[in-house]
Amino acid sequence: MIELKKINKSFSERQVVSDVSFIFHPGKCNLVIGESGSGKTTLMKMMVGLLVPDSGEILYEGENFISMDIKKKQEVRQQIGMLFQGGALFDSMTVEENVLFPMEMFTGMSKKERIERANFCLSRVKLEGKNKLYPAELSGGMKKRAALARALSINPKYLFCDEPNSGLDPKTSIVIDELIREVTQEFNIITMVVTHDMNSVLGMGDNILFIYKGQNWWQGNSSQVLKTENKELLDFVYASEFLKKLKPEH
Amino acid sequence: MKNFRFFYHFGRYCLLLGRVFSRPEKLSVYTRQIFREIDALGIGSLGLISIISVFMGGVITIQSAYNFTSPLIPLYAIGLGTRESIVLEFSPTIVSLILAGKVGSNIASEIGTMRITEQIDALEIMGVNSAGYLILPKVIAAMLINPFLIVISMFLGIFGGYSMGVLSGACTSYEFIYGVQSFFVPFNIVYSLTKTVVFAFIITSVSAYHGYYTAGGALEVGRASTRSVVYNSVIILVTNLIITKLMLV
Repeated sequence: MIELKKINKSFSERQVVSDVSFIFHPGKCNLVIGESGSGKTTLMKMMVGLLVPDSGEILYEGENFISMDIKKKQEVRQQIGMLFQGGALFDSMTVEENVLFPMEMFTGMSKKERIERANFCLSRVKLEGKNKLYPAELSGGMKKRAALARALSINPKYLFCDEPNSGLDPKTSIVIDELIREVTQEFNIITMVVTHDMNSVLGMGDNILFIYKGQNWWQGNSSQVLKTENKELLDFVYASEFLKKLKPEH
Repeated sequence: MKNFRFFYHFGRYCLLLGRVFSRPEKLSVYTRQIFREIDALGIGSLGLISIISVFMGGVITIQSAYNFTSPLIPLYAIGLGTRESIVLEFSPTIVSLILAGKVGSNIASEIGTMRITEQIDALEIMGVNSAGYLILPKVIAAMLINPFLIVISMFLGIFGGYSMGVLSGACTSYEFIYGVQSFFVPFNIVYSLTKTVVFAFIITSVSAYHGYYTAGGALEVGRASTRSVVYNSVIILVTNLIITKLMLV
């Protein structure tokens, strides 16, 4: 379990995240939603240690990540898989080398075992036979899937996804969402997905945190989202004119 | 605040070096990277260095012959002058400046692009010391391969000078070779290669520093690349003066 307790972060004078508390459960897709600039990605970057909160606690299995020494932090990070918005695949490596990299760095697996595991991960994200391609030769959706395979290669305990379906067509977005949902349930991973895609919210939102102006504004799940009377959340959910017409009358 | 910018960057550069020289996570991965970098940074520069060295050697010979007009100066001085110019200054310093342009901008833009496309963040989140993994192999590779490149440059420069001297009729083959062999001081090679190793460290670490702390987009990557070449050039010239003063005077 990952628990956030009263997390605050500001850049210069601007408060970006304010008193956010939340619990991320294993085996569930924990979604952090909100408008662009609401502080979602900042929150995620603090959770993985790329940014340091001004105050508050980030508890990984009860241990405060912020006060951990570097060695302990690295141990936690080695259990983290992360899917970046752009994939963040290493350009100089093939898809297979990208997936092999974390295993080469941190496991004592033999070469044969590593390649078997890489092939398994690539087949899990439906990228069989793409081992020798370079990231530049992949489409946007394939890059995301390859990045997911890399994140899964070391059997992560925690999976962080930053807008996993941004820039993808609706069909590919659903494929990525389904993959994330499947692996989360299959491996009982604690998954955090930062998104503002309503398909994702409704399709995989087991546990949702809505952030508005850096604050913890609403919590619930996908079925509760549509029934909410929270004005800001409704504005977010039914942002387009088309969706407004579909809005159920309470 | 602007007055303290130098100290800010120097401090941050030193802190980065501290991370670069910390214990590698896995030696075998780093060793493989070193060989890759030797190929990319060293072998990849061989063609450019060869062409420049041959032509510069030729030019140095012609200019020497042009200036040695006094009948009191023997013609073998052309070979002697060419050798000294190439060994003492052209190969270690000018070739290093050329490498600062080619290799330095390459390193800064490569690491800068990795920064803005979140590849460095990906390494950090995996628990990899990104500074060590990305920069240390480049520094070691350049410090190992650059002396070889410079020695090759010396040979090719002298060869270019010899060819031009003989072909243009400035001196005979015997006179040039006699000049090249005359008054040879082996310490000059030690001095030259010491400079080369120091310059290799500067080129890789300063360029990597500019790339590593790139923030923004493609425009900033380009700026980081340009900045790295400018800073490298200035630092190489200043260091050249300091090393020369320490070792030769």
